[in-house]
Amino acid sequence: MKVLEAKNLTSGYGETDILRDVSIKLEEEEIVSIIGPNGAGKSTLLKTIFGILMPRHGAVRLRDEEITGLSPDKIVRKGMSYVPQVDNIFPSLTIQENLEMGAFVRTDDYRDRLDEMYDLFPMLKDRRNQKVGSLSGGQRQMVAMGRALMLDPTVLLLDEPSASLAPMLVGMIFEKIVDINRTGVSIIVVEQNARETLKISDRGYVLAMGRKVFEDTGKAILENDEVGKLYLGG
Amino acid sequence: MDIGGLIAYLVSLAIMAGIFAVFALGLNIQWGYTGLFNIGIAGFFCIGAYTSAMITTPMPTGLYAQYVHQIFGLNLPFIFGLLGAALVCGFIAYLIGYPTLQLREDYLAIATIGIAETFRLIFNNEQWLANGPRGLMGLPQPLQGLVEARHYNYIYLVVVLAVMVVIYLSIERVIRSPWGRVLRAIREDEIASAMSGKDIFRFKMQSLIFGSMIMGVGGALYAHYTKAISPDVFTPLYGTFIIWVMLMAGGSGNNKGAVLGAFVIWGIWIGTKFLTDLLPYTLKARAPYIRFLIIGILLEIILIYRPRGLIGEEKRISKMID
Amino acid sequence: MAELIVYGVVLGSIIALGAIGLTLVYGILRFANFAHGDLMTAGAYVSLFLVTGLFPWFGIPDTTFGSLSFGWRMAFAFPIAMACVAAASIFFDRILYRPLRLKGSGSVILAISALGASFIIRMIVLILWGGDYHFYRPGVLRPAIILPLEIKIRPDQILILITVLSLVVFLYLFLKRTKMGKAMRATADNMELARVSGIDTERVIIWTWGIGGALAGAGGILYGIDVQLHPGMGWHFLLPLFAATILGGIGNMYGALVGALVMGVAQQVSTAYLLPTYKPAVAFIIMILILLVRPQGIFGGGRA
Repeated sequence: MKVLEAKNLTSGYGETDILRDVSIKLEEEEIVSIIGPNGAGKSTLLKTIFGILMPRHGAVRLRDEEITGLSPDKIVRKGMSYVPQVDNIFPSLTIQENLEMGAFVRTDDYRDRLDEMYDLFPMLKDRRNQKVGSLSGGQRQMVAMGRALMLDPTVLLLDEPSASLAPMLVGMIFEKIVDINRTGVSIIVVEQNARETLKISDRGYVLAMGRKVFEDTGKAILENDEVGKLYLGG
Repeated sequence: MDIGGLIAYLVSLAIMAGIFAVFALGLNIQWGYTGLFNIGIAGFFCIGAYTSAMITTPMPTGLYAQYVHQIFGLNLPFIFGLLGAALVCGFIAYLIGYPTLQLREDYLAIATIGIAETFRLIFNNEQWLANGPRGLMGLPQPLQGLVEARHYNYIYLVVVLAVMVVIYLSIERVIRSPWGRVLRAIREDEIASAMSGKDIFRFKMQSLIFGSMIMGVGGALYAHYTKAISPDVFTPLYGTFIIWVMLMAGGSGNNKGAVLGAFVIWGIWIGTKFLTDLLPYTLKARAPYIRFLIIGILLEIILIYRPRGLIGEEKRISKMID
Repeated sequence: MAELIVYGVVLGSIIALGAIGLTLVYGILRFANFAHGDLMTAGAYVSLFLVTGLFPWFGIPDTTFGSLSFGWRMAFAFPIAMACVAAASIFFDRILYRPLRLKGSGSVILAISALGASFIIRMIVLILWGGDYHFYRPGVLRPAIILPLEIKIRPDQILILITVLSLVVFLYLFLKRTKMGKAMRATADNMELARVSGIDTERVIIWTWGIGGALAGAGGILYGIDVQLHPGMGWHFLLPLFAATILGGIGNMYGALVGALVMGVAQQVSTAYLLPTYKPAVAFIIMILILLVRPQGIFGGGRA
C-alpha cells in the first residue's frame, strides 16, 4: 500500500526550477533511497514533500490525503517527520528538551515514547541533561532523528544523515535507520553516500539535474555498473 | 497673506527643503547605494554646522569673550565654512569608520546612534568648545550686503539650490563610474563581492566619508540660514529621523527620490502646522509632538505599503552599459 | 566609591529588565528593537496615569508601605502597567513588524520601523503629559538606611533589587520548566526547525513580545520610583540596553543580566570622573570596545 506519493513535482527557489517533473512513491514499511550527484535536487525534493517549499507543479499525497503545499507544522500533525541535513537540533537545549520539542504537538503522555527513544539510542540516555551543542556529530545526528521520531510518525524523511560524520559512525547511523524501519516507520533517505544507503534500501531513485534518471530495487542499482559509473562515482 | 508674503513664505520653505535634500542625498550614498545603516546623521549635521560656524566667525574678544566661548574662530568667508564643514566631517567619518564599518548592519546602526549622542553631549557640556548649551549666534550669511535684509532669502535660496544641484550632479557622475558599480554590488550581496576580490572595507569607508562630507555641507547651509545654532537642534528626531523618512518616502537608491522625498516630507511637515494651528488653545503647546507623531505614523505607513517610496529604485546602471 | 557601586547595581538591575527583554526579542526575531527603551517609558507613564489619575478616582488610599515611597496604588499599578506594555508590544508587532516580516523585509527595514515606533510612543507620552519631569510621589523625603561600610541605600532601592531578582527567577523558571518557555528557547535556537517540529512559532513570537514588553515596562516603573519620569527616559536607556545585550551575547538571558549590571556599575563609577550626563556615552564606549574585541559577547554564543 502506498504510504506516500509525489507526482510530477516541479519546484525550486526564486526564479529557477531545481526539481523538474519528478515522481516517486513510498510503500508501507519500505526504505527508499534518493541518490545522485550534488545539485541534483535531492534535498529540494524532500523539502517540497514536507511543505518547506511550494511546488510549482505536481502533487503530494500522504496515504489518501492530498498534502501538496501544506505548511510543515500541519504535515507534522499528519504523521510525517523530517530531519534536515544541517541545523537539525536545538543546540542550547538538552537532549531531553530536544526530544520534548519533537513531541510538542502531542497532547498525550509521551513518556513511554521517550523511553523508547533512549532504548533506540542508548548512548544518549546518560547524557540526557547535557546541552546538545556540546555533543559530537554522531550523537547530534541521533538526537536529530530522535526528535523527529517523538511524534511516532509513519513516514520519516532523512536528508543526508551521514553527511559530516566520521566514517566509523556512518555504519552505525545506517544500522539505526534499519532499526527504526523495523518498528514500522517507512523511510525516505536522501544520501551522497550511495553505496551504504542502497545496501539497506528496498528501492532507490537516482536523480540528476533535477530529473529522475533511474529507478530500481536497491540491490539492482548497486549491481548496475553503468549507473554506478555515471551517477555514483564508480 | 498677500502675494509677496506668500512667495517669501514659499521661499523659506524651499530653502529648508533644499537643505534637507542635501542631507537626504548624503544618506542616499551611504544607505541607498552602499547599504550602510547610519542613524547618526544628527552627529554630522552638528559637526558640519558648528565647524562652519566657527570658521566663519571671529574669535570672541574683549567683553564678548566672557559670554561666548569658542575653540577657534577664523572669520573666513562662507565658502570656506562649507568646505571646512565637509572636510572635518569627512575626517571624523574616517575616524569613526575604522572601528564601526566592520560591524554588521544593526551594530553599525547602534554605533552611529551612540556617536551622534556623544557628540551632542560633548557640545552641550563643554563650554570651551562652542559655548555649550547656549550655542553660537550671529552667524554670517554669504552675499549679505547685496540686497535689503527682507529680500535676502531669495539669494540664499539660490545658494542652497546651487549647492544642491552641484552635489546632485557629482553624485550622479560618481555612481556611474566603476567605483559606483562596486558600491551597488556591495549593497546587493556582500559575500559575492568579497569573492570578486574587492576590498569591501575600503569602498564602504569611501562611501561613508563621501556621504558624511555632504551631510557636513548640509549642516553648514543650515547654520548660515538660521544664523544661530545650539546642541538641542541636533536631536535624533529632527536631525536624523526626519531625513530617513524623507529618503524612504522619496525612494532610496535614487537621487531624484532623495530630493523629491525631502521636498514632499518637508511640505507635509509644514502642512501639519496648519492642522495644529486649528487646535484649541490648550493643546497648542503639544503641537510639535502631534506633528512629529503624524510624521512617525507616515513612515510606518510608507514602510508597509510603499517601501520603495514615490520613485522607487533606479534600474541597475550596469544593465544600461553592459 | 562603594556607594557608587551599590547604586550602580541598582541601576544595573533596572537596565537588566530591559536588556533581558531586548535579548529575548533579538534572539528570536533577529532585529534590533530600537523601540525597547521607549517601552520602558510607556510602562512608567501608564503607571503614572494609574497611580495619580485613575486609582485616586477609585478611592484607593494613598498610604505608603512603611518606609517605602509607595503603597497600594503602585502595588496594583505595577502588574497592570506591565500587562499594558505587554499588550502594546504585541500590538506593535502585529501591525508593524509582522507585516514586514511576512513580506521578507530585511532586518534594517524592521529596525527603521522600530525606530519609528519609538518616536511614536515618545510623542504620545509628550502629547499626554508634556515635556516636564514627573514623580510618582512628589516632594517625598527619602530616608536612607545605613548599611555596613557606611553605604547608604534607600528602602525603595532594596525593593527594586528584590523585585528584579524575583522577576528574573520567574523568567528563568518559565523558560526552563514550561512548555512555552522551552518552545521559546527552541525557536531562538532554530526557528526553521521549530516550525518543522510543529511548534507554532507565531504564538512563540507573541509570547516573546509580551514578556519582553512586560519586563521593559517594569524597568521603566522602577526607574520612575527610584529617580523620576521624563519622556526621554527610554531613549536614554537605549544605549546601555544595547550595550548590555551585546556584552552578554545576543539571545543570552543571563548574559544580558550580567551585562546590565556591568553597565550600571560602570556608568555610576564614571560619575566620579565625568559629568553624569555623559553616562550614555560611557555605555557607548564600552559597547564599541566589546564589539571590537569580542563581538559575540563575554559569554559567547551570541551572533557575532
